[in-house]
Amino acid sequence: MVETILFVLAAAGALAGAVTVVLARNPIYSAVGLLGTLFSVAVLYVVQLAHLVAAVQVIVYAGAVMTLFLFVIMLIGVDKEEKREENLPRQRLWVGAVAGVIILFAAGVAVFGDFAWVPAATGPVDQEATNGTVQAIAEPLFTDWVLAFEATALLLTIAAAGAVVLAMFRRKRN
Amino acid sequence: MVDVGWYMALAAALFLIGALGMLLRRNALVMFMCIELMLNAVNLTLISAGRALNDLDGQVAVFFILVVAAAEVVVGLAIIVAIFRRRATASVDELSELRG
Repeated sequence: MVETILFVLAAAGALAGAVTVVLARNPIYSAVGLLGTLFSVAVLYVVQLAHLVAAVQVIVYAGAVMTLFLFVIMLIGVDKEEKREENLPRQRLWVGAVAGVIILFAAGVAVFGDFAWVPAATGPVDQEATNGTVQAIAEPLFTDWVLAFEATALLLTIAAAGAVVLAMFRRKRN
Repeated sequence: MVDVGWYMALAAALFLIGALGMLLRRNALVMFMCIELMLNAVNLTLISAGRALNDLDGQVAVFFILVVAAAEVVVGLAIIVAIFRRRATASVDELSELRG
């Protein structure tokens, strides 16, 4: 019962935030909408006992990433109005329609298909098996996934170095 | 307990909104936010499916996606700022040629 209430509230918040991201004219409002979606998704993580992932979501996404986004929006300036007229009217419409049909079909399979394509999902949910505490996440992270973990360390170093190189990029002439 | 299908439906809706924003908006920053929206939708499916399958690996996978997304945002925003310094615009329509 508690999960149902939390799911409805968080789902409404996530959808409202997502719609705000797409429809807001000012990028600042888009960023705030995305922040609401990120928090709502974090609530859904907690509801599903993914505690550590929810905490990381709030700290890394809602904290660091959104700060970076707002910083760049302020840097670039938000005063310019986005042009709304269509350059490729038919192409955009067709691509959007096809993508929408595919995604709605997938959602229909997920909701009405009763997960017949996932045999193990028919069993009862074991709350203990997926209780995402720090200890529970750390064990597979540092045993089965240790290679991927080290690769992400390398990736973060490369990303930081790449950002610095891009920031130091100067126009050659004048 | 909420059926896992509802989580999947919510994630599909979030992904759809993100994809539509990607197609409809011209501002590179807003398009970037729509990518984050789609990444979050996929993360939600991984966590929900992980719980339905009694498998913790879904949450570990989300962990890695968060790291990759953070790295992607750092480089992407640096590129947007670099482009803005050259062309003084964040609209992708005005950046249709790859010349500097």
